[in-house]
Amino acid sequence: MKNLFLKISALMLILSLSGCGYNTFQSLDEEAKASWSEVLNQYQRRADLVPNLVNVVKGYAAHEEKVLTEVADARSKVGSIQVTPELINDPEAFAKFQAAQGRLTSALSRLLAVSENYPNLKADQGFRDLQAQLEGTENRITVARNRYIETIKNYNVAVRTFPQNLTAMMFGYKTKASFTVDNEKAISVAPTVSFEEKK
Amino acid sequence: MFSILKTELLAFCAMLLFASYNVHAELVPVPALQTRVTDLTQTLTPEQKSQLETKLAAFEQQKGSQIAVLIVPTTAPEAIEQYSIRVTDAWKLGRAKQDDGVLVLVAKDDHKMRIEVGYGLEGAIPDLIAKRIITEIMVPSFKQGDFYGGINNATDKLIGLVSGEQLPAPSPSKLNSDDLWNMLYWLLIGGFIVGGILRAIFGNFLGGVLNGGVIGLLVWWIGGGVFVAIALGVVAFFITFAGAFGLGHTGGFGGGYGSGRTGGWGGGGGGGFGGGGASGNW
Repeated sequence: MKNLFLKISALMLILSLSGCGYNTFQSLDEEAKASWSEVLNQYQRRADLVPNLVNVVKGYAAHEEKVLTEVADARSKVGSIQVTPELINDPEAFAKFQAAQGRLTSALSRLLAVSENYPNLKADQGFRDLQAQLEGTENRITVARNRYIETIKNYNVAVRTFPQNLTAMMFGYKTKASFTVDNEKAISVAPTVSFEEKK
Repeated sequence: MFSILKTELLAFCAMLLFASYNVHAELVPVPALQTRVTDLTQTLTPEQKSQLETKLAAFEQQKGSQIAVLIVPTTAPEAIEQYSIRVTDAWKLGRAKQDDGVLVLVAKDDHKMRIEVGYGLEGAIPDLIAKRIITEIMVPSFKQGDFYGGINNATDKLIGLVSGEQLPAPSPSKLNSDDLWNMLYWLLIGGFIVGGILRAIFGNFLGGVLNGGVIGLLVWWIGGGVFVAIALGVVAFFITFAGAFGLGHTGGFGGGYGSGRTGGWGGGGGGGFGGGGASGNW
């Protein structure tokens, strides 16, 4: 009877040990990977839209060369970065990735701002459809990024807090990189209000 | 000494309270999902609301997909997209595996609207189609102050689009699985109480064995399979036994047990959203 009790309590001990660390990392790590793939997925979707968008704008505003080449450059830069699921474990590569995507974001918003000056372009159904798709994709990117930030937060907290940090050290789980606000300055500046009637 | 500590603690708590109050004051709260049409602005008349509700309910019965309408005064300080994803994260419209939910959101004082499309319907309702529903159906009606007309026609269009999509048929009745969960829930609670009593009388091990046996027999008698009965019996044994060491925990059980269901509608079915859809203004 006593022997049996010892055996069972040993079993319980092992179970509780594995419960308070190792398994948590397995599931959090998987979650992080999944939410990262979703981010990549949406960025890819945006990159796929860019050539069509550039073509349509060219048809109406060919002399806006500066903005158009800017978009094309940013797009090719994004395409040249080798994206792997392991990117999130490498802060430097992650920062590069974020910078390239940020450049494309701002180039695209400049392109859309310029297109405001071309009534014919704005009236083009193809352009409007692309614009709707781009808006939807940008929103998906935001959602995916926020969810990624959330999962990474959970993961990093688990890696750093006691006693899981011991398990993390033992099995080599390190904190993962997350998104930061890339244009802090732009956000801290109050937006200018114009009273011009918008058509 | 103690009084100083106390004051400091109180001040600290007050600060915390204020901080948390501040956070809540900033964002518009997500209303509870009680009906498919939620109007916080009294824009729709009760008849219009019930007509929309009936239509959307009939569609859910027939197709399984969930479409809901929410009208709020404002989403400030958030953009309508941010608020919308918070609502759909909380409401979980659509079925869990199909993610086939749609939210039609109107922020009346902001003059903004959004159609939020669940993952599973992004093919049936692509962003640009959602955008067209907004610009071609909702905006013209809203401009004339006809909110019901705009929402009604938009939901008709959405229903038409989703109807064309191949989706699994709706499950005939939700009651069966709910009943099963109910039974499991009570079995678990009963098992705990009976297990505690048996343990007190017969000791940890014997009490565990007895409780396991009773639960196993009960499940078998109710109509569960022999293997299910044995498995649950063993689980009951371990829970009773471990309870003696304060290790008993019930995580994982009862997770699917819904709370506070009203009005005969199961609420959101667990569908996921990823930011698909479109926004517009009028």
